Amino acid sequence: MARLTRPRRALSTNPLKSSAPLGAALAYLGIEKSVPLFHGAQGCTAFAMVHLVRHFKEAIPLQTTAMNEVSTILGGAEQIEEAIANIRKRAHPKFIGIASTALTETRGEDIHGELAEIMARRKDFGPLKLAYASTPDFEGAMEDGWASAVQAVIDALVPEIDPAWRDADLRQVNLLPSACLTPAEVEEIVRMIRAFGLKPIVLPDLTASLDGHLAEDWSGASLGGTPLDAIPAMAKSAVTFAIGESMRGPAKLLAERGHMPVQVFPSLTGLKAVDAFVSALMGVAGVADAPPAIKRDRARLQDAMLDAHFQIGGLKYAIAADPDLAYALSSALAGMGAEAVSAVTTSAANPILELLPCGEVVLGDLGDLEEGARAGGATLLISHAHGRHAAAALGLPLVRAGFPVNDRLGAQDMCRTGYRGTRAFLFEVANAVLSHPHSPRPEEFGAAPISPEFEHDRPQTAPH
Amino acid sequence: MSDALEQSVQDAFNEPACATNRAKSAAERKKGCAKPLTPGAAAGGCAFDGAMITLQPIVDVAHLVHAPLACSGNSWDNRGSASSGPMLYKTGFTTDLTELDIVMGHGEKKLYRAIREIVERHAPPAVFVYATCVTSMIGDDIAAVCKAATEAFGTPAIPVDVPGYAGSKNLGCKLGGEMMFRHVIGTMEPERTTDTDINIIGDYNLSGELWQVKPLLDRLGIRILGSLSADARYRQVAQMHRARVTMLVCSHALIGLARKMEETYGIPFFEGSFYGISDTSEALRTMCRMLVERGAAPDLLDRCEALIAEEEARAWAALAPYRPRVAGKRVLLYTGGHKSWSVVSALQELGMEVVGTSVRKATETDKARVVEIMGTETHMYENMAPREMYQTLRDAKADILMSGARSQFVALKARVPWVDVNQEKHEPYAGYMGMVDLVRAIDRSVNNPMWEDVRRPAPWDEPRPFAGHRPRLQDRCPVSGFANDPKDFEDC
Repeated sequence: MARLTRPRRALSTNPLKSSAPLGAALAYLGIEKSVPLFHGAQGCTAFAMVHLVRHFKEAIPLQTTAMNEVSTILGGAEQIEEAIANIRKRAHPKFIGIASTALTETRGEDIHGELAEIMARRKDFGPLKLAYASTPDFEGAMEDGWASAVQAVIDALVPEIDPAWRDADLRQVNLLPSACLTPAEVEEIVRMIRAFGLKPIVLPDLTASLDGHLAEDWSGASLGGTPLDAIPAMAKSAVTFAIGESMRGPAKLLAERGHMPVQVFPSLTGLKAVDAFVSALMGVAGVADAPPAIKRDRARLQDAMLDAHFQIGGLKYAIAADPDLAYALSSALAGMGAEAVSAVTTSAANPILELLPCGEVVLGDLGDLEEGARAGGATLLISHAHGRHAAAALGLPLVRAGFPVNDRLGAQDMCRTGYRGTRAFLFEVANAVLSHPHSPRPEEFGAAPISPEFEHDRPQTAPH
Repeated sequence: MSDALEQSVQDAFNEPACATNRAKSAAERKKGCAKPLTPGAAAGGCAFDGAMITLQPIVDVAHLVHAPLACSGNSWDNRGSASSGPMLYKTGFTTDLTELDIVMGHGEKKLYRAIREIVERHAPPAVFVYATCVTSMIGDDIAAVCKAATEAFGTPAIPVDVPGYAGSKNLGCKLGGEMMFRHVIGTMEPERTTDTDINIIGDYNLSGELWQVKPLLDRLGIRILGSLSADARYRQVAQMHRARVTMLVCSHALIGLARKMEETYGIPFFEGSFYGISDTSEALRTMCRMLVERGAAPDLLDRCEALIAEEEARAWAALAPYRPRVAGKRVLLYTGGHKSWSVVSALQELGMEVVGTSVRKATETDKARVVEIMGTETHMYENMAPREMYQTLRDAKADILMSGARSQFVALKARVPWVDVNQEKHEPYAGYMGMVDLVRAIDRSVNNPMWEDVRRPAPWDEPRPFAGHRPRLQDRCPVSGFANDPKDFEDC
C-alpha cells in the first residue's frame, strides 16, 4: 500500500532513529546474567547507556572496548580480550553480547575469527558464553540491531538438532519479540500463550530484567532474562512465533536449527491481528475453544472499539516510529477508521513498510513528522518522547510510543498488544483526543462576534 | 404543589397558539398535554431539568440550584451549549441542603446567603434561583428570598419556580420560558434598535449550531437582539421585547412564550427550523418576509433569495462527494417530538433510505408527513422498547440509527452505527454547512471499517479444519524436502 520515499536532502532535523547497537544492547539485556559490550569508542556506549537509563529508570550494565586512536588503527582484538577479562572480574556475567559500532565497522575487523581465537586461548574464561552481532550505526535502526543480536545469540547458542529426536508432543513454543515490544507487552503475550497450556521460551526476555523491579542485591550484569540453559533447548520447541516482521530472520535461523515451523505475526495490536495469534495458539494447543479469560478479554476489546470509534473514526494523525511499531499501531488505528496523514520511519530494511496504511512512508526524522502533520491537518501525533517538540509547535496531543520515552514514568508498563493491550491503546488514543477538547468559537464558522452592548458591564470571574 | 405553581401549570397547558391544543375539547384541554408518567416505565427528565435546558445556556448568569445535592450535583456540566464569551453558566452553583437544613428550615436563609456569596464573588448580571422538589415541598418561598436578595444586593435574583415533580421535561421548558416572561423580559431597554432586530427562541447553540446560521444573518444584516437562549447574555433576554420578529426554533414547548410576546409587545413570530437545507431556506425566507412586513427595506427579500440560491448550490456541491458513500444505506430515525422532515428529505435526496421512524411524541400532522414521505405507515414505531430496538438492529434491518444518547448503547451493542442527533450531540448540524457535517458524520460512522471487525466471529466460533491445525512450515520441510503445505507439515 505504502510507497517508501527518501527525502532528497542532506540535513536531518530532530532525529527519529535510535542506533542499531543500542537495539543490540537492549536485546542482550534480555538474557540472564549478561553484559552487553560495545566494540567502539567510549562515547558510543555512554550515549546509548544514558538513553537506556533515562527510558527504563534503571542502572544499565553496558560496557565498551574503549577503542582509542592507536587500537582503532592497529586493530581491536586486544581491546576485546581485555574488556571481556575485566567484565568477568567486575560483574561475573554468564554471557557477554558484543555489538560492533560505526567506528570498528568503518575500519573492518574479523571479529568472529578473533573471538574464536581468544576463546580457544583463554581457558580461564571458562563457561562464559559470547555472541557477536555486526551492528554498524550507519545501517538500519534500533529494531535491526535488536534482530541482529537475537540472530547472533541463536547462531552462537542454539545447536542444530537431529530431526529424528524432535518431540512432536512437546508443548513448548519459542517466542521472539521484536524491539518495539515493552516488557509488559511480552508479559501479556506470555500470558496468552500460557492460557492455552503452552510453555513459552522468550528470547530475549526483558520481562525479568527491565520490567522495573527492586532487586535484593546489586548486580553488575542484567537482573534476569532468558535463562542461558533455555536457549539451546529452544531447538526442541514445537513452533517458533516471531512478533514483528523484523524478527523473521532470527526466526528462520531458529527454525533451521530446530526443524520446526515458524509463524511471523507482524503485529499483535488490533482485533484481527490478535485473533490470528489466538487461532495459531489454538492450533498448536490442539483445542477448538479458548479459556474464558481470553474470551472475556476479546469481548471487552469489542466494547472498547465501539466506545472509542467516536473519537478514533475519522481521526487524522501522524506517526513516527520504527517499522514494526509503526505498522502495529497504524494498522490497529486504520481498523478503527483513523487516517495516517503522515508516516515517518527509520529503516528501509523491513518489508512491512509496504503494508503501512498510508500513501507514503518517509524514511526521515521528526522534522518530517512535523511538516507532514501540518500539511495533512493531523490532530494527533504518535512518536517517542522527542516528538513533544513537534507536538508543542503544532499544539497537538502526543501519544508516546517507541524508544525513548524518557519524559514519562512507566514506559516499560505500556502494553498495547493482545486483546487487553489493544483495548488500552484505543482508550489511550481516544483520551488523547479528548484531552484537547475543542471549544467551538463563532469565528470558526465565519460568524461575527456578539455586539459588546449585550455584555454585562461589570467584570465576571469564573473558574474556567 | 403551591397555588402559584398550580396556576402556572394550568396556564402553560392552556395554549391557544398550539395546534394540538386547539384541536382538543375544552375538557381534554383542562387535563393538559402532559401524558401521565408511568411508574416503573418512565424515562426522561423532570420539569426542573426542562427549565435548566431552556435557561442554562444564558452564559453570563449564575444558575443557582436550591436543592439537596442530586439535582445539581448529578447533572451539572453535561450540556454542550457553547458560549462566545462568559463562562459563568458552566459553573455549578447549588445550596447543597443537608438533613439539618431541611429539618430545621434553614433553606431560605442558606439560599439568601448563597445568593450574596455569588454576587460578591462573581458579580453576574443576574442570579437565577431554581426551586426543586424538596425545597418546594418544605415550603421555601424562593420568590420572597429572591425579592429580598435583589433589593439587598442590587443584582436581580430571578426565581425559577419549576420543581421537578411539577411534570415532564417538556413542561419544564414551557415554565422556564414563562419565568423569563414574568421576571426578565422587558426589564431593560436596548441602546439602539434596528428594523432588522430579531429574537431567536428555542435554540441552545449546542456545539455552536447558532454560529453555523449566524453568518447567514450577518450577511443579510439581520441582528439577533434577543435570544432564549443560544449564546445569550442576560441583557438579550431582558431586551427581547424590542425585536421586530421572533423565530421559534423547533420547539412546541416555548410557543406559549412566543404567543405572549406577540400579544403583549406586538412581535409576530413564526416557527422554523435550521435543520436541513430546504428548512433553512424556508426559515430565512419567512424571517425576511416578516421583517419587511414590519418595515424593513424591501430589498432584503432579493438579497435573501440570492443568498439562498448561492448557499443551497454550495451545500449540494459539498454533499455530492458523499452520495456514493452513503447511497443505499438504511436509516432508522428515533428521535423525540419534532422531526426535521427537511433532514429526511435531504438524506433521501442523497440516496439513503429511511426505513423507520418513531412517532412517540409526534402529532397527527407529523404522522401524515411520515406517510407522505415513506409511503406507508408500517415503518412508524410507537414507543420502542430497548430489547425490541436491539432485535430490529441486530437483524440488520437498518444500517444506522440516528437518535438521542439514550438509545446509543442499544445500537452499539447490536453492532450497528449510531449518529447522535439529539441535544447531547458533540457536533453542530445546523444550517447549510451543518447538513454537510451531518452527512459527513453519517459517512464516517457507517463506513468505519471497525464495524466489519467487531462483527467478525471469534477464532473459537469459526469452523476449524481440524482440532490440531498447526501453523505453516516455512518454505520447505527440512526433513521431507516437500514444499510448504499444512498437510505436509503434519507428515514431518
